Amino acid sequence: MSDRLTNDVVVKVAHLARLDLTPAEIERATEQLGDMLDHFADIDALDLTGLAPMNQPLPLVNVMRDDVEGPCLDRDEVLAVAPQHEDGRFWVPPILGADG
Amino acid sequence: MNTANTNTPRSPFPTATEIAAGVRSGTVTATAILEQHLAVVAAREPQIHAFNLLTADAAREQAAAVDALVAAGRDPGPLAGVPVALKDNMCTRGVPTTCSSKILAGWKPPYDGTVVSLLQRAGAVAIGKTNLDEFAMGSSTENSAFGPTRNPLDTDRVPGGSSGGSAAAVAAGFAPLSFGSDTGGSIRQPAALCGVVGVKPTYGRVSRYGLIAFASSLDQIGPFTHTVADAALALQVVCGHDPMDSTSIPDPVPDYSALLARGVEGLRVGRIVDLPAGADPDVSEQLDRAFEVLAAAGASIVDVEVPAFTYGLTAYYIIAPAEASSNLARYDGVRYGLRVPAPDTNAMYAATRAAGFGDEVKRRILLGTYALSAGYYDAYYGKALRIRRLMADDFARAYERADVLLTPASPSVAFPFGTKTADPFSMYLCDTYTIPANLTGDPGLSVPFGVGADGLPVGVQVLAPALGEPVMLQVAAELERAAAAGGGS
Repeated sequence: MSDRLTNDVVVKVAHLARLDLTPAEIERATEQLGDMLDHFADIDALDLTGLAPMNQPLPLVNVMRDDVEGPCLDRDEVLAVAPQHEDGRFWVPPILGADG
Repeated sequence: MNTANTNTPRSPFPTATEIAAGVRSGTVTATAILEQHLAVVAAREPQIHAFNLLTADAAREQAAAVDALVAAGRDPGPLAGVPVALKDNMCTRGVPTTCSSKILAGWKPPYDGTVVSLLQRAGAVAIGKTNLDEFAMGSSTENSAFGPTRNPLDTDRVPGGSSGGSAAAVAAGFAPLSFGSDTGGSIRQPAALCGVVGVKPTYGRVSRYGLIAFASSLDQIGPFTHTVADAALALQVVCGHDPMDSTSIPDPVPDYSALLARGVEGLRVGRIVDLPAGADPDVSEQLDRAFEVLAAAGASIVDVEVPAFTYGLTAYYIIAPAEASSNLARYDGVRYGLRVPAPDTNAMYAATRAAGFGDEVKRRILLGTYALSAGYYDAYYGKALRIRRLMADDFARAYERADVLLTPASPSVAFPFGTKTADPFSMYLCDTYTIPANLTGDPGLSVPFGVGADGLPVGVQVLAPALGEPVMLQVAAELERAAAAGGGS
């Protein structure tokens, strides 16, 4: 992965991450992330065949709890800290924008 | 407070063990203890900035409730009257919890985290929420949206991070006990830099319910204390299974204080011969002395190899940002926190996140999103997960030959403000020695051992296999005794 990161890739990644970046931020991120990936080149030569990916440290399996009602968060308390709510629901602007 | 206690020469402050014993026996009230600590806070907090929020009034009510229990002859709990400071990424019902981020400024969680509830039930008195690097991303607490915390031992220097506020709160005498979270060293490194004890327990040993997620497969809550005995006391309260955390370990909790006085006779202490370079000479010197002290106390020092250690930093700085980019997707301006109005939801998400997140958080979200994106997933994230497996295998082999391993906790003593902020990677190198325990899930702690450059404390890291907290604390207690006797200076 020696190809140097480009502005275009950063713009695409920023869109995927839903982050508005200024042109200056894009320039800086391209440089800093590129530097980071250069540091990461230390793993390029590692032979990792036969090793299973380790997602987390514990040999855990899913456990199902009994399907009984338990306490849950109070709706009014949850909505009270929302940016905007209406009729017991979170309020958001239109999902489809002007170009949608 | 107790001149007979030779274990704590560096601390002029009472320990949690002493306070709890005093309050439980009725020789001192929780209220008096609280007021003493609030007076120390009033005197030094303006200079240190350990706290994002002080909750003095609620603390006074809690202390009064503890005193009422004692007066009524009822058990006030093992941490009765012990002031405790909580990292501001631990949810406290009705009390602002910010992660030191503008995106959560003013947000009040509708529930308490499990650790918060356990501490309250144990009689501890929460005095405030401590500062951190935004969303726990950093090693100096300079990334806080609310300004940095200063190291109480030298206010021109950082306290470490990301749990810098919690480490500083204990070091400054604001509270004998605080809690932080450790994703890549965020408890152990600031503990080292502030000269206090800091423990990252085994992954899953302490419930993460109510800990605002950074990297879910790496995050773990743990205590800061003046002494190893206090750390054992604190772990006794917060460790255990929690149905609210699906990664919580069901195994019974052992007695963490049982082995503290036993010494290290017959234990095998591992020296990692292929440890990555980078520790300053003053730090390495103290680590050498730690091995000498343990050998003199009857431990055998064995050489072990952990070849994957050196790849930990790269694996971590792919895995942690990848998980963070996913976890932090929830800050979208819909359900809580900041919202920047925009004509449609997509524009609102992007504008809200741009305004709410700081530079380091944005950097890690971009890095993580990149590492997970189509075309790069296998080269970065997939590879990092295989290195993680390699790391776990290497450590498992090392623990066949050694009961514990010793490394530096931090490559250097506390550094001056601004020295690592221009180059993000130089800051990441602070985590070199702490990261592997997060990748493997094994426990690790930092115990103050001697002084390095400019008379600042050095922390020695004790690592142990999963659920090896008892032997880890046992070895740390020996190092603490030796340091108190002058063996670490």
